Amino acid sequence: MLTLDHLTVTYGATAAVDDVSLELPAGQVLAVLGPSGCGKSTLLRAVAGLERPRAGRIRFGGQDVTTTATHRRGFALMFQDGQLFPHLSVAGNVGYSLRLRRTSRAERRDRVAELLGLVGLPDYAERMPGTLSGGERQRVALARALAVRPRLLLLDEPLSALDRDLRERLAADLHDILRAEGTTALLVTHDHDEAFTVADRIGVMREGRLVQEGTPAEVWRHPADADTARFLGYAAVVAGAAAVPLLSAAGLRAGAAGGLALRRSALRLSVGGPLTGKVHSVRTTAEQTRVVVDLPDSGRLDAVAGLDVAVRPGDVVRLGVDPSRVALLPVVSGAGTSEGPGPAWPQA
Amino acid sequence: MHAPHHPVLAATLVAAAALSACSVAGPPDRAGEASDGGTAERGGTVTLVTHDSWALPRKLVRSFEQQTGTDLDVVRSGDAGALTNKLVLTKENPLGDVAYGVDNTFASRAVDEGVFDPYTPAGLPPSADRYRLDSDDQTGDAADSLTPVDWGDVCVNVDDVWFDEHGLTPPQTLDDLLDPAYRDLLVTPGASTSSPGFAFLLATIGRYGEDGWQDYWRRLLDNGARVVSGWSDAYEVDFTAGGGGGDRPIVVSYNSSPPFTIPEGDDRPTTSALLETCFRQVEYAGVLRGSDNPAGAQAVVDWLTSRPVQEALPDSMYVFPVDSGAALPPLWSQWAKPAPRPVTVDAADITARRSEWIRQWSDLVSG
Amino acid sequence: MSGRRYLALGVVAGAVPLAVLLVFFALPVAGMLQRGFFPDGRLDLDGAAAALWRPRVGQAVWFTAWSASAATALTVALGVPTAFVLHRLRFPGQRLLRGLVVAPFVLPTVVVGVAFRTLLSVSGPLGGLGLDGTPAAIVAALVFFNVSVVVRTVGPWWEGMDPRREEAAAALGASPVRVLTTVTLPALRPAIVSAASVVFLFSATAFGVVLTMGGVRYSTVETEIYLLTTQFLDLQAAAALCVLQIVVVVGLLAVAGRTGAGRDRPVDRADRRTTNRRPALRDLPALGVTGVVVLLVTLPLATLVVRSLRVDGTWSLAFYRRLQQADSTEAYVVPLSTALSNSLRVAFDATLLAVTLGTVVAVLVTRRVAGPVARRTLSAFDGVFMLPLGVSAVTVGFGLLVTLDRPPFDFRGSPWLVPVAQAMVALPLVVRTVVPALRGVDDRQREAAASLGASPLRVLASVDLAVAWRPLLAATGFAFAVSLGEFGATSFLARPDTPTLPVMVYQLISQPGGEGFGGALAASVVLGLVTSVVMAGVERTRVPGAGAF
Repeated sequence: MLTLDHLTVTYGATAAVDDVSLELPAGQVLAVLGPSGCGKSTLLRAVAGLERPRAGRIRFGGQDVTTTATHRRGFALMFQDGQLFPHLSVAGNVGYSLRLRRTSRAERRDRVAELLGLVGLPDYAERMPGTLSGGERQRVALARALAVRPRLLLLDEPLSALDRDLRERLAADLHDILRAEGTTALLVTHDHDEAFTVADRIGVMREGRLVQEGTPAEVWRHPADADTARFLGYAAVVAGAAAVPLLSAAGLRAGAAGGLALRRSALRLSVGGPLTGKVHSVRTTAEQTRVVVDLPDSGRLDAVAGLDVAVRPGDVVRLGVDPSRVALLPVVSGAGTSEGPGPAWPQA
Repeated sequence: MHAPHHPVLAATLVAAAALSACSVAGPPDRAGEASDGGTAERGGTVTLVTHDSWALPRKLVRSFEQQTGTDLDVVRSGDAGALTNKLVLTKENPLGDVAYGVDNTFASRAVDEGVFDPYTPAGLPPSADRYRLDSDDQTGDAADSLTPVDWGDVCVNVDDVWFDEHGLTPPQTLDDLLDPAYRDLLVTPGASTSSPGFAFLLATIGRYGEDGWQDYWRRLLDNGARVVSGWSDAYEVDFTAGGGGGDRPIVVSYNSSPPFTIPEGDDRPTTSALLETCFRQVEYAGVLRGSDNPAGAQAVVDWLTSRPVQEALPDSMYVFPVDSGAALPPLWSQWAKPAPRPVTVDAADITARRSEWIRQWSDLVSG
Repeated sequence: MSGRRYLALGVVAGAVPLAVLLVFFALPVAGMLQRGFFPDGRLDLDGAAAALWRPRVGQAVWFTAWSASAATALTVALGVPTAFVLHRLRFPGQRLLRGLVVAPFVLPTVVVGVAFRTLLSVSGPLGGLGLDGTPAAIVAALVFFNVSVVVRTVGPWWEGMDPRREEAAAALGASPVRVLTTVTLPALRPAIVSAASVVFLFSATAFGVVLTMGGVRYSTVETEIYLLTTQFLDLQAAAALCVLQIVVVVGLLAVAGRTGAGRDRPVDRADRRTTNRRPALRDLPALGVTGVVVLLVTLPLATLVVRSLRVDGTWSLAFYRRLQQADSTEAYVVPLSTALSNSLRVAFDATLLAVTLGTVVAVLVTRRVAGPVARRTLSAFDGVFMLPLGVSAVTVGFGLLVTLDRPPFDFRGSPWLVPVAQAMVALPLVVRTVVPALRGVDDRQREAAASLGASPLRVLASVDLAVAWRPLLAATGFAFAVSLGEFGATSFLARPDTPTLPVMVYQLISQPGGEGFGGALAASVVLGLVTSVVMAGVERTRVPGAGAF
């Protein structure tokens, strides 16, 4: 089990990691999610022993490793761009740490073959890194990191450099591979899809602080605050009085939450819906019609309609709220009434 | 692995190990006594500090060692100037026991600085007396501390064959060199960088005096004199008879140079030295103050002025012995004539004015 | 071992080369400065200050800056295309040319000066150019000596560069010239800056070349120091100029550090072995420049060889034979083979020392450290080892004589003082050759290796060395060549019976009469030949599976 205890890492005067505490039980995968510059990579590097914390402790399996040299922690680190050793073949890269441990040649060969099979590159042993595609490199990098069955696998944006299709496929593979190996892993990423696909637990980081930690479902259902919600891909956050009609339309008790976050498809045009709004604009996609509506109490929000519904700007429509597509936010003092669509986070 | 396994590496490593075992850290010769650096007991070794031109036959060195039971270490230390300055700078802890090669242009600096202990060989030939430094000026005990060993005249040399071919009469005197007939024909090594070059400058200073030499040089340069850095440059590159196929038939060299231009199968040199233009260089030996082995050092001075060494000097180092009784090689007695009236400049003056003269000269040449 | 203990290890490792530098470089220089500034045991700066205001000094400073800058610019301009042709193309005779280009580096300046002047003098084959005794001749000779520095620093670097970056730029529509200026040269910059600063220091401190080629008309700071020290014994003025020289060198290094090595970005190294291609039409400009370089190198070398074989107007090996039969002719001190073996032994020790210490320095200065103070310390540490190239050999040589003569540094006359002194000169070259390669390594490679369980030493072997072995080999060759050719410090220290080949050459050339001169030429030819052969041998060496251990 990895335990971070009030960990702080500073660069000069700024705290890149600010008093972070968390626990990662053995065999689980924790994804630390946050926008770039939030300190998540520094957190990872501190755990790896590449940065010296200013304060706080890092423990693993009950043992304090805060000042242990990187190579003595028994962890393995995998970078966004793989960082394969260019002068070694694929087998040489994967077998690198085995050779450091003086594993016998035969054993090494078997383990390398096993790992290459696991990452789906069974025939790649003799290839040089320069001849691989980006996805193949990441798979080799993963195999290399897994080779000695590290006590803890550290993954720094492992899939971010890949294109979207590949990323989705590899994220699923990564999930399966980590489970198959029973690996305890700490992953940092800015991609919530990657995090939700791979991880058992999610931590959300912002400006050096861990703002939320929980299972994917918990985080998903109850973002810690408006910023977190937006970062998780919620299109809009509505708080205060503006939220009341939406909450009641969703069948949720007003007063239970300070506000709510809505996905784009949270509002749906329906003839008998409890809310009334005026269509601002309409856009048709392959699966549904996307509508922007102005609600008298809640402001301008996204909504969807079936392809069979014909609406035009200026029409007055009735809407319902899908409770599975909203998340409740805790009461936050000073929250605005209505905020428009959030920043352009990757959309689900 | 893409880099091929190569046996060369293994071989290199083995060779490295083997080589390092026999590299300078452990050569057979004298490594053991090397570190005493002049402080410990030398056990019968005498160190002679000399210039780079040192080239006495080994046979003579061996016979010295046998006769005296001392080992003779020869340390070469650059040209006469560098040698003198090293001796001056290390006088607190001398580089050796005895020095040879300080010449009359540097002698008074070394003597003034107290580099030498007085010593004169008992058997110094009387003919050597005329080469001794004067004792009556401020150099004080110069005559007692430095023993003349050899001398040579730095003279303007001419390529007689070239002058024959061009139907021109070769020059005779320093004045002649200003004659437009000899325009663009002279090459000389520089006074700032070469010992014969400085000797030639002294010849002009001695001949034209403190007030006249700069004017002489101005006119010499106007007449197309070429100045190069070293003797080998002048003689081997620019001189027509020097082997480099040069274009200058007049060169500043030594009175001992002509015998070396006798062609194979011939008996006459193709060049001659102009004996009116010479400055006499005398080289001295002396016992270094602070020597650990003064007796050995004195023996070296004795040896350098002994007949066998004196007779070997012309062939090995191209200089004349101070012992007039020493037999000269036949070609020398025939073709290498001493200047009857070499130009002289007072040794103390040279020491006092050297920097100033060379600066003035450099300014003329660069101008 | 904890990180703190590795830090301690690093400090200790850094202390060793620093101590060697202090004792064998800083102490001697300080000794000479002390004699200059404290002429009678009391501080007296009047003489030194007066020396700086002489008009000659102003001219010398100006000429030094001018000639060294011109030589550096020209050397880089000629050397970079040559590095391309010799290291990125593939053609028969390439290896021979690589060896040839190195030969000048070790040749004694006096001998090369004579060879150059034989060519350029009015009656010589190139007399028509009217270059004899001009600054242009000085610059040409400096380029002749130093072009190998650029070729051998930039070449291996270029060899290791991923060609696909250039291909990508070309595919994006960049013309060959634009590819060169926007992709290739920026990627080569660390190596070029490194080589250029070394060339500048060599050029600014060359005195044999300037004296010989300039025909004493031109003086540089270095020739002034040489004359002041060896001829005038004016230590006050010499000390003033020496300080001036150090100030200029430090300033230059600071500028070079700012424009170049300081901002090195990791470079994509070729993942597979680069396959050199055959020359094509578009390589014509580079081939042309290489032709010029080869001509520049070959002509004086050929002159040298020819003159060493001409005895009294006929072809003969007499000069070579006489060199070997030292005892029978009695003119020379030791037979050629003895001088050669002295040279090789000394050069071997010096190389071992320079490469070991140089690698330590290079590794230390390329470690990632936290905090501006630590970074500045390392960068100063880096710069300090360049100083021996920028300070007069005469000052160091005399300084060694006057400071290392009593306990605890009673080394004068020690047989190993010569290799140590040579190593001090070779060390900066090793550092400058290896540092750019190590700086080019992505730090995350080291971090990945460390996280996989590699100790810092293991990281060094498997990540750094894997990238640096080629430059390290080049550096080894360099160090060897420098030691073989070193004369300045060696001449002050060589033991009586163990002269090195360059010392022997100078002794021969000091003998009046043509025989010694012929012998000097012959010995120089042997020196150049041996160097080229050794270089070629080093080049053939491959480190098997570098990084695999």
